[in-house]
Parts: sequence; C-alpha cells; structure tokens
Amino acid sequence: MARTLERIPSKRGIQKQIKLPWSRALQMTRENIFVRLGRSAITASGIFLGIAFLCAVLFAAAAARLQAKINFEKLGVEPPQSDLQARIIWLAGMSLLVATVGIVNSMLMSVTERYKEIGTMKCLGALDSFIVRLFLLEAGLLGILASLAGAILGAGAMMLMYARQIGWRGVIASWGETAVELAKWAVPLWAAILLGIAVGGMLSVMAALYPAWRAAKMPPAAALRSEF
Amino acid sequence: MAVSEYIVRTKDLCRYYVMGSTEVRALDDVALDVRRGEYLSIMGPSGSGKSTLFNMIGGLDKPTKGTVFINEVDMAQLTASELAFLRCRTIGYIFQTFNLIPVMTALENVTLPMVFAGLSTDQALDKGMDLLRTVGLGDRHDHKPTELSGGQQQRVATARALANDPDIILADEPTGNLDLRTGKEIITLLKRMNEEKKVTVISATHDLKMIDVSDRVVWIRDGKIERIEERKDIEVRVGVMEGEEE
Repeated sequence: MARTLERIPSKRGIQKQIKLPWSRALQMTRENIFVRLGRSAITASGIFLGIAFLCAVLFAAAAARLQAKINFEKLGVEPPQSDLQARIIWLAGMSLLVATVGIVNSMLMSVTERYKEIGTMKCLGALDSFIVRLFLLEAGLLGILASLAGAILGAGAMMLMYARQIGWRGVIASWGETAVELAKWAVPLWAAILLGIAVGGMLSVMAALYPAWRAAKMPPAAALRSEF
Repeated sequence: MAVSEYIVRTKDLCRYYVMGSTEVRALDDVALDVRRGEYLSIMGPSGSGKSTLFNMIGGLDKPTKGTVFINEVDMAQLTASELAFLRCRTIGYIFQTFNLIPVMTALENVTLPMVFAGLSTDQALDKGMDLLRTVGLGDRHDHKPTELSGGQQQRVATARALANDPDIILADEPTGNLDLRTGKEIITLLKRMNEEKKVTVISATHDLKMIDVSDRVVWIRDGKIERIEERKDIEVRVGVMEGEEE
C-alpha cells in the first residue's frame, strides 16, 4: 500500500517507518514502574512472595539432602525418602500460579487506569505493537525484580535459620547440593534458584499478555473517553 | 500529482449509535470541505456532533457510512500502520483535557511523536526545546504536567501537536478547561501557528472567542451542518468582562 502513502505528502519528503527504539521503551518502562511505585509494588507482591516461598523450600530441600548424606557417611543411616520435599516444591509451584493470576488482575487494573494515556499515544502515532511492547516490558522487568528480591528473602532467611543448625560451612555447601530432580536431572540449589527467578519473570510476562492486547486493540476515541 | 486545494473532504458522512431500540444519529449526511491552510471552527451546542465530526476527521473512530478524505486519500482504505503514520506525521491533536503523559516531563512529552517518527535523540531534543520556546515555555521543559497550570499544559500540548510539522492541527475544545485570559492566549497561539507555519487548523468548539480568528465557521446542530459562514460575513459583538481586560 506504499502507493497511497506517497499521496500523503511528507514535508521532509522521506518516508520513514514508525518506530519505538528499545532504549526509549526501556526508559519509559522504568519511569512507569518507579513513578507509580505503590501500584508496581502491589502488582509485584504476588510474585515476590511466591518466589520467596519457592526459594525457601528449595533451600530446605537441598539442606536436608546434605544432612542426609552426612548422616549416611557418618552413621550409616539410610537417607529418608525425599517425597515430602518434592511435594512441598510442587506446592510452591502452585502458589506461583496463584500469584500469576494476581498479576493478570493487577495488570488489567493498570491498563484500565491508563486507557487515556494509551489513546493519546495512539494519537501521536504509536502502533498497537508499541503498546503491547511497553506493557510486556513493564511486567517482565517487575517480575524479574520481584523474583530477585523474593529469592534473596527466601533463601536468605533460610540461610540464617540453617546456619544455627548446620553451621555456615553447611549452609555454603548446600548451594552445591541437589535441590530438586527435574526429569532425571539433579538440579543443584544455585541453578534451581536462578531457574526460579527466570520462571518468575516469565510468568509475569505471560500474565500481562491478555491485558496488553486488550489495551492495544482499543480504538482511540473510546480510550480517550475514559474518565481516569 | 497536483496538490489538492482541499486538505480534508467528507462525503455523505454518517455516524449512528444504536442505543437499545433507538438509533442516535450523531452525524447525518455531513459534507465538509476544508481548504488547505485555513483556520476552520466547527461550532455547535453540546451534543450537536462536533466532537463526533472531530473523531471522524482525525481517524479516531470509524464512520457508519460515508467517507473522509485527507489529502485525497480515503481514510477507510488505510491499514493500521498507515493510519498510525498519518497520526504521527500529518495530523496533530489537541484535546480539551490536554492529555499529556503524566510520568513524562514537558520536553519528553513534546519529543515523543518525534521518537515515533524516527528522529535521533539530539535532533528531537533540539526541535523540542525550539517548540517549547515558541510556545513560551522554554524554561519549564523539565517540569511534569502536574507541575504546570492548565494553560501551560495546553501550550505543551500545542507544541506536541506541532512536533512533526503536521499539515493539520485538530483541536477538540482546546479552551474548554481554561479561563478567559488563558483561553485567549491559546487561541492567539493557534492563530500564530496557522499563519507562521501554514498549518490548517480545524477546531471543534463552543467558545465564541474562536470566531474572531477563524477564516470560516461551520455551524452544526443535531448532526447536520446548519450553515457555513466566512469570517467577514459574521458580526461579532462580545461584551467586556470585568477584571480580565489587559
């Protein structure tokens, strides 16, 4: 359809595509998160707590396995079944799903509050994909930050607790110990925690897909009529 | 291709809303031709359809029937990206409620359309500061909208509308939320832009102060055009308000 574009005379005479550079998108995302810190905190709190729970449970599992190994070597005691630990980890996974639903709700609220802003941006020439990109970036960034904070809280609290039982040497050794078995792969604790953080970020982005799509699809006239 | 004398043309334009069992005709068979470079005011009481007409011309809403031509291009034939291009480069919008992005400073608001148009940061910043100085807000470039008065926000919005040197400025009730003096300032600013930068200004308003600067006035009522008058044919007598005279 370039033919019709040519008939819209551009004063500069050069046809350029509309773009949103990633650096600018990131800058806008950062502003959106930090200027509305309260709203961002609420959106992120679900993932924060969910990941904190998950990391705490992963740490406990690794520490228990380490303890069992030590007992076996020293006393010849058979290591107990690790069923209970596995079940608790699944529980932590479920709680993450609940947190994801919370994020969908929070992002929907955030989108509704910003209908006017979205309508305005479309009037300035923003493509639908820009709007989606901005919301996904925001959710992703929030998710990673919240997961990081959650991991620090969850694992950190457990480290302090276990330091009394098994000493700091034991705590450090736990990081290399298997935390969970995923499809025959024995995942060491440090890898499991990093995986948890990545999962937290991913879930946030997935949760924002529907709200972001809703936001982008609205016709500008309807968006600008909003009362917010 | 010869440049048309008319920058905007509407033909048999209709916008109907179905509310329950009744059909509301917000616009009924509107034919309007806007000349390039003119200052046109669309005037009418509340509910007359001027905002609906504004939305149609600006591509913010789709008509039920009829066509809108911008530079002889049928808007209904444009794809989503072409429409976005039009909004980015050809049309600048000014709203009654200013609609600035609250988390951005005045300069960032003004340069946002330039970012979409692909300008480099340096070019955008230079041009943005230039525009802000033109509207008289050069020293407030790093203030957020909440730190600006209504009149200042509308001036930033005007600068933003001019960001990519558009052919048309569409203003929907630009003085609606402003007091008498600030409203006059904005109207003077718009007229200046119309004369200096040769932008066509189309304004939907019920502010009678706008009549004085318009080249033509379109009177609209109940979705239909009542009459179109040239400025020289209108006799304006506005009373003096106490306390506001300069």
